[in-house]
Amino acid sequence: MTDTDTALQPKKKGLTRRQKRSLSRGVQYAVFAAAVIAFAVTADWGRLQNQFAQADIAKQMFPDVITLALKNTVLYTLSGFVVGLVLGMVIALMRLSSVGPYRWLAGVYIEIFRGLPALLIFIFVGVAVPLAFPGTEIPGGTYGKVALALGLVSAAYMAETIRAGIQAVPKGQMEAARSLGFSPAKAMVSIIVPQAFRIILPPLTNELVLLFKDSSLVLFLGVTLEERELSKFGRDLASTTANSTPILVAGLCYLLVTIPLSFVVRRMESKAQEAIR
Amino acid sequence: MSRPEIEVRGLHKSFGDNEVLRGIDLEIGQGEVVCVIGPSGSGKSTLLRCVNLLEEPTKGQVFVGGTEVTDPDVDIDAVRRRIGMVFQQFNLFPHLDVTGNLTLPQRRVLGRDKGTAARVAAENLARVGLSEKADAYPSSLSGGQQQRVAIARALAMGPEVMLFDEPTSALDPELVGDVLAVMRRLAREGMTMMVVTHEMTFAREVADRVVFMDGGVIVEDGSPERVIGDPQHERTRHFLSRLLDPAMAEVEEETSEQVGKSEP
Repeated sequence: MTDTDTALQPKKKGLTRRQKRSLSRGVQYAVFAAAVIAFAVTADWGRLQNQFAQADIAKQMFPDVITLALKNTVLYTLSGFVVGLVLGMVIALMRLSSVGPYRWLAGVYIEIFRGLPALLIFIFVGVAVPLAFPGTEIPGGTYGKVALALGLVSAAYMAETIRAGIQAVPKGQMEAARSLGFSPAKAMVSIIVPQAFRIILPPLTNELVLLFKDSSLVLFLGVTLEERELSKFGRDLASTTANSTPILVAGLCYLLVTIPLSFVVRRMESKAQEAIR
Repeated sequence: MSRPEIEVRGLHKSFGDNEVLRGIDLEIGQGEVVCVIGPSGSGKSTLLRCVNLLEEPTKGQVFVGGTEVTDPDVDIDAVRRRIGMVFQQFNLFPHLDVTGNLTLPQRRVLGRDKGTAARVAAENLARVGLSEKADAYPSSLSGGQQQRVAIARALAMGPEVMLFDEPTSALDPELVGDVLAVMRRLAREGMTMMVVTHEMTFAREVADRVVFMDGGVIVEDGSPERVIGDPQHERTRHFLSRLLDPAMAEVEEETSEQVGKSEP
């Protein structure tokens, strides 16, 4: 034992550090196990099953839950993501611009749309936009509105992600590009942004997962039967059958997409780690 | 004599209150190889970066190939195409393979077609002896190989002048030779070169002129035999003795005015 060790342990009294550590871990395990057991014992499984896991009700949801509801959820999400990505890119570049008003405007946008609940933005798009511009229709009907609302929300987050990605590209890359004769815009497009996207691919995919869930807010826009997505579809069916099984099935459909996506993100992150090494 | 390829007149550069360049006058003729040496903080890298306007001079003029780089109306991208630059940290584009590093700038900046760009890339890779690494990514190359690719990338643009900013300072000692060999060859082929370096052997053998800078001014400017072999100024002698035999240096009191040392 070295001198420092003895210094840290002035007196040999009671438990050693290692013993303390394993004791503390043992207590954590015990608390966790007790909580699980308490939940399993006190929950009324029979009623839960009755309310949430009726096989025949689940069966009658198919195939519509996939061909209509999941399809619409994916459509809403992707269109919102595309709008958000384009808008977010523009805002990120404005945020990094040398022109003061651009930076200022982008900052205001980010603060506002990051600070507002997505729900309010859906209501705003559904109500305020038609009021403000009477007679004009957002192209694409409900799909257009959802794309706009989700795009507005996600653009604020994506702009910050993209900005961070661009700033993470070493300064030397821009200098090298400029000294080869690239204009600032060309250097951004061919050299900086491709590298930034490699860095931000995992957080962008996370944003996709968030949007996937936020697409459920479409029900506040008022949708036709054909335009329903997973949440609305599940809720409607739950009220007609007076049973919550459709909610559970809809929930499982979300997980069907989000869990593989999360897996992809983790793969990308570990790959990015390797690339650095 | 024809007009100098690089001409620097009364150049000043400040970063805030810190005056890094305090009046530089320098001419480099066509085909001339000039090594700029000096202690760190002497402004030699800043001078180099002012030549292709990576740093904006505070005052003074810079001409390259007869075009005034410091003219506010100059098409700086067009001027930079004629000036190749090699960085201490290589700055290869990590998302592109070696060939991509050489072809993308040719295609995007010079508008060359795919075939021409690929041919020029292959020629220049051969010039630096790295034809076999054409498909490798920068991260899989050694520092010396990366720097040679960076030189090839600059050469592929067909520059009239090459600037080197401490090209071997980030390299492991055993890799320095390969890069210097490429530069030596380039010098023999008649390229106009301005090299900021600490490699005294290279400066002595390859340079036509050596410029010693300290405190933001040029202290000595002359043939390598004179500046390195027989320095006239105490500051040059002091710097060279420390560089050539670092183990012999005495502990010195740190002077606060690294940059603002008094004139000799």
